[in-house]
Amino acid sequence: MSILLALQGAVSQGILWGVMVLGVYITYKLLDIADLTADGSFALGGCVCAVMVVGGHDPIVAILAATAAGIIAGAVTGFLHTVFEIPAILAGILTQIALWSINLRIMGKSNTPLLKLPTIFNNFVEMTGVRQSTASTIIGIIIACFIIILLYWFFGTELGSALRATGNNENMIRALGVNTKKMKMIALMLSNGLIGLSGGLICQSQKYADIGMGTGAIVIGLASIVIGEVLGRLTPGKLRSFSSRLISAVVGSVVYFLIRAVVLQMGMDANDMKLLSAIIVAIALCIPVAWEKYQLRKSYSAGGDGSCSQ
Amino acid sequence: MLTVTNVKKTFNRGTINEKKALEGVNLHLDPGDFVTIIGGNGAGKSTLLNMIAGVYPIDSGTITLDGINISRLSEPARAKYLGRVFQDPMMGTAADMQIDENLALAFRRGQGRGLRWGIKKEEKAAYKKLLTKLDLGLEDRLTTKVGLLSGGQRQALTLLMATLKKPKLLLLDEHTAALDPKTAKKVLDLTETIVNDNQLTALMVTHNMNDAIRMGNRLIMMHEGRIIYDIKGEEKKNLHVKDLLQKFEEVSGGELANDRMLLS
Repeated sequence: MSILLALQGAVSQGILWGVMVLGVYITYKLLDIADLTADGSFALGGCVCAVMVVGGHDPIVAILAATAAGIIAGAVTGFLHTVFEIPAILAGILTQIALWSINLRIMGKSNTPLLKLPTIFNNFVEMTGVRQSTASTIIGIIIACFIIILLYWFFGTELGSALRATGNNENMIRALGVNTKKMKMIALMLSNGLIGLSGGLICQSQKYADIGMGTGAIVIGLASIVIGEVLGRLTPGKLRSFSSRLISAVVGSVVYFLIRAVVLQMGMDANDMKLLSAIIVAIALCIPVAWEKYQLRKSYSAGGDGSCSQ
Repeated sequence: MLTVTNVKKTFNRGTINEKKALEGVNLHLDPGDFVTIIGGNGAGKSTLLNMIAGVYPIDSGTITLDGINISRLSEPARAKYLGRVFQDPMMGTAADMQIDENLALAFRRGQGRGLRWGIKKEEKAAYKKLLTKLDLGLEDRLTTKVGLLSGGQRQALTLLMATLKKPKLLLLDEHTAALDPKTAKKVLDLTETIVNDNQLTALMVTHNMNDAIRMGNRLIMMHEGRIIYDIKGEEKKNLHVKDLLQKFEEVSGGELANDRMLLS
């Protein structure tokens, strides 16, 4: 029975983290930037949300504030990267480190519990009478669907297309009159806004914010994207479209947290989870390269008309 | 139309790699001029095009286009007036996006991009028609990712994209140099058709002296950052490769054109 409860918890957690994964997807997959702001902006979202709720604000307002805080964090990274041409990875690290101190300032301590204060999940439970974990799953699905639809729409617009093209071929889109710096700025703000939103949701669902809650968020994001891609490839049919790639990112997040729940149930030390995440991402990044090298070796033939000739 | 006045550019100034790329270029184009540019390696041909396009800022001088001073405008700001095709077929198109998406991006060249849908239904029909004219079989592959096309197909598509919204000036930077001879010819023919049909003003850098003589109504030769030879009209039509070689030797003090120019 406990395993089932753990799995349900993992699903709801996976969906709420999935919002963050969508944010990471924008920078990592569309813009080809590994934006390390994520760790900081996720915790920022959580901290802002916790302080707002403790301060007596409506939990929905707190979530919106968390999103806004994430957007600002993204703007800082974007500013360092586009205006002063600091490499994206370094710009992200700088913001992330700065946010550690800022998050401590915001909370005034390293941990803020929400105790019995109202959260969107509690409110939903009171309204409908479902269990807490069911409530967070339902709310998570609603929010994730809403954001996937929003992103699908946005990346189909003129602005969104220009943004995708910026990640694809900067020279080309600049020659077509698009300010690529502005596009990168928008992408980083949008991405970190979603990450902040996710941090706020997690804070309300676990009923506390912690200074370390964002540590390794970027790796979880990358792992989820990778898992989602693998699942997408394993599924027959049309999983190449943009919407299905967004959905598979969230599904990847759910699967990641399911794997996590299972290995924890099997007795793995929770502190080893980050090691496992890193290994999952590293393997996923290694496989395509190793496969290609293997194929090249295999296709060699001394005679010149080996198995590779078609 | 285009007036380039005393434009200078030095790269890596004050370092051991200092390179005076342009040393006071003056050029005036009339509307409808189709100018081919030849010259040896490092003569400043591509730099001149990049200066006009605003890829790097110029050190001094002015560039005006149709009465507008564009000397200090950013690259995206100038894009409104310019159509560009690059040497590298990979550079002019977005590989991971569909053919119709690429065309739609080009159709909005120089416009503000807002939250309207990125491609309209009627556009797709229009693109299909235009692609049919290219005669490359692309008209039925509107949703194909551009990365799956050949170099020649991509270059033809880039040419179409550069002229989809009529530019005040078309910049062609050795746009057939990376293609095989047969494909290069096809793209050049297409270039001529598009320039003539739309009555465009164009600057075309090429390494091929035959193409430089055959195409356009005017030819300029560059050497060490300056325009050293400028010929147009009837005089240009009677030009031969050997005349160009002779001219080149004359001004460069006996130095021969590079192998690539001779072989092509």
